Amino acid sequence: MAAKNVNAVVIGAGAGGGIVAKELAEAGLTVLLLERGKWNTPFDDLKDDLRNQRVSVLGAPFGPDDERNPRVVVDAPGRERIVLPSDSEMEYNNNAACVGGGTVSYGAMAWRYMEQDFRMRSTYGSVEGSTLDDWPISYQDLEPYYEKAEWEIGVSGDDSNNIFRAPRKRPLPMPPLPPNREYTILKPAAQRLGFHPFDIPMLRNSVPYGGRVPCMRCRWCVGFACEVNAKNGTQNTVIPKALVTGNCELKTDCMTKEILTDARGRATGVAYYDENDHLQEQTVDIVVVSCGANESARLLLNSKSSLFPNGLGNRYDWVGRNLQGHAYTGACGLFDFEVYDDIGPGASIAICDFNHGNPGLVSGGMLANEFIRLPIEFVGQDQPVVKDWGREHKDFMRQWFKRSIVVYGPVQEMPVFDARVQVDPVVKDHWGIPVCRLSGRRHTNDIHVAEFLSTKAEEWLKEAGAIKTWPQLPDSRLSGGQHQAGTCRMGNDPKTSVVNKDCQVHDVDNLFVIDASVHVTNGGFNPVLTIMANAYRASDILVRNWKGTKFR
Amino acid sequence: MKVKNRLKRREFMWLAASAVAIGSSISCGEVVSPWRSLTTDEADSLASLCNQIIPEDQDLGAASADVVNYIDVQLSSRLKRMKKVYRSGIAQLNDLSFERYGKKFISLSDQQQVEFLTAIDRDKAWKETTLHKFFRIVVDHTMQGFYGDPRHGGNRNRASWAMLNLPYPPIRGRFHGDANATNNSKVS
Ligand SMILES: Cc1cc2nc3c(=O)[nH]c(=O)nc-3n(C[C@H](O)[C@H](O)[C@H](O)COP(=O)(O)OP(=O)(O)OC[C@H]3O[C@@H](n4cnc5c(N)ncnc54)[C@H](O)[C@@H]3O)c2cc1C
Ligand code: SF4
Repeated sequence: MAAKNVNAVVIGAGAGGGIVAKELAEAGLTVLLLERGKWNTPFDDLKDDLRNQRVSVLGAPFGPDDERNPRVVVDAPGRERIVLPSDSEMEYNNNAACVGGGTVSYGAMAWRYMEQDFRMRSTYGSVEGSTLDDWPISYQDLEPYYEKAEWEIGVSGDDSNNIFRAPRKRPLPMPPLPPNREYTILKPAAQRLGFHPFDIPMLRNSVPYGGRVPCMRCRWCVGFACEVNAKNGTQNTVIPKALVTGNCELKTDCMTKEILTDARGRATGVAYYDENDHLQEQTVDIVVVSCGANESARLLLNSKSSLFPNGLGNRYDWVGRNLQGHAYTGACGLFDFEVYDDIGPGASIAICDFNHGNPGLVSGGMLANEFIRLPIEFVGQDQPVVKDWGREHKDFMRQWFKRSIVVYGPVQEMPVFDARVQVDPVVKDHWGIPVCRLSGRRHTNDIHVAEFLSTKAEEWLKEAGAIKTWPQLPDSRLSGGQHQAGTCRMGNDPKTSVVNKDCQVHDVDNLFVIDASVHVTNGGFNPVLTIMANAYRASDILVRNWKGTKFR
Repeated sequence: MKVKNRLKRREFMWLAASAVAIGSSISCGEVVSPWRSLTTDEADSLASLCNQIIPEDQDLGAASADVVNYIDVQLSSRLKRMKKVYRSGIAQLNDLSFERYGKKFISLSDQQQVEFLTAIDRDKAWKETTLHKFFRIVVDHTMQGFYGDPRHGGNRNRASWAMLNLPYPPIRGRFHGDANATNNSKVS
């Protein structure tokens, strides 16, 4: 049964979708925000080190659940197997499924990409085996919206010492949190080496902001929800604002199955399973897909009709391709004094000296100290040094758990055409919807850059007094994971992209993709602030066009 | 981002598929096992295996920190599908120990156990065997049971956190959820 028409359905209440819902609702459109997950409150969260969004061996508390959400992974030799969310974030390519999406449990680093990050092809030329390209928009196009994201969602930090940053008009709204011990050890070391260390911008209150309290600096932050709501996500900022307009209805536990189109090739509505697994239809004027890079591609591919036999936006077979994330690289260092101070969130200091301009290399990445590690996350760090079980292991843990620092960061990856999301011809989820089928691998350039960056991390740690260091390098398996992006590329040429620079699907005027999927490249930084800024920008354009044509 | 989930489902599946029926013979009428998934013998063997992974010294070892209980709880809930892997893995450990030393694993000297497990873990000849894979799974589960939250049945009285001198509770100003719960009380 079709419900009353709404102006817009936004599918996915994550980083991108939450912002779009609010912007459209405030502009007077009626909005239905559909989310397959729940609205977790911070108090549902048991802060469990075996059950969180980083270590999910006993399940991913912020979704999706193992029971209903399988995926298929094809490895390099072509063997396929079914994977579940608890099989590890990288294998399943998980981010999250709840109101707020990844922003409930994230680490909350809030990076603006650099100017070159939008012009990678112009900066480095073409790279063999990669679909490397420029974005159709520039940093300048996003700058005002970065600012909007920083002020509306709330960012603390101080990047004024980052001489490599792109120009900003306004400083961050909140000062950084006071330094932790790692910060005070790493900062002078970086300065002695001629690096340019600064306080990481974070979507986290350092002072009261947005009607919420500042961070109380507990141990368990990344991978968990914040109990005092000091971590700013879309679930505690823009989504409540969307709801108070009275124009936006949020429906949770609603799994969208497909986007419906008519004979003219326009989107007319969506079909979704409600919380009782009943199939519902909603008619609409416009549809916004914000399901994250894996699921947005899946939804478009699953929306087939005689006009679009290969799925929506997929006339030239670009949907689901160029799946990318970040090749994390860095080093662990051991110190002969205690560096652990139990003051969260842990990550505090970064350098951007090696994001670009690395001799003989294409791309680079930021380096920062790691969030506070839980004991279970430190397990296995001993492997390169001693046996990772037995007396050696136990002695290692006792001796080094509090005397170690990890410095690491995200390598800006080269997009690979065959690193992709498809829909599986056989395996279906609980609702009978074909699931994501993941295949492909990283570009070898990512590994070269990772090797280079890890030597810089080792250099930094040694200068800080580490008596022993060793690199931590990524492997060449398929990327994506929590920083998944790129599967519905934004571009001017419909033959080599899925959406235009307004995030509008090339051949369906009233269908938009607004989330990490549209990233052409993913920066040498965590991606969320760019997703947010682009969501503000695309919403702005959408609202302007709506006032003109209503997309009819 | 960085992931510390070193358990690969692929390996579970592979092991589950190749798990042969060499399970220890349980005759009818024997004492009922106090465990949920394991027989008493299996639990004893597993305890000595886990105790080589996290040995007892000035701090609790795996067995006295309830790691076997953690694994038993998981095998009866989330990891039901791995019961067979444990059954045949433990049996194989004992069989091969018998072949090599003339004794079951549990009866080997401490030195022999370490030598045997080191070979299984590190020697090339063992790398592709089921026993090697089983051992790596037990290493992962032992780490989870020892360092993970007590609410899942292991890490008795937060022994590992005390060993690392980690202040408790980890969230300032709050006992995190179920501080007074006894071990085994909650399976999730
Ligand atoms: C532990 C962790 C730490 C992180 N740390 C950082 C960090 O420090 N800095 C940073 O920049 N980024 C970080 N990230 C990544 C960041 O959270 C993501 O980049 C961001 O959330 C992606 O935004 P998105 O809008 O593309 O998708 P998401 O935020 O994933 O939102 C997509 C939403 O759509 C819903 N959905 C999907 N399919 C359907 C469907 N068919 N029907 C209905 N709903 C659907 C999903 O359930 C989900 O809620 C972290 C993530 C995690 C999990
Ligand atoms: S460290 Fe701060 S922001 Fe993170 S969960 Fe704790 S109080 Fe919240």
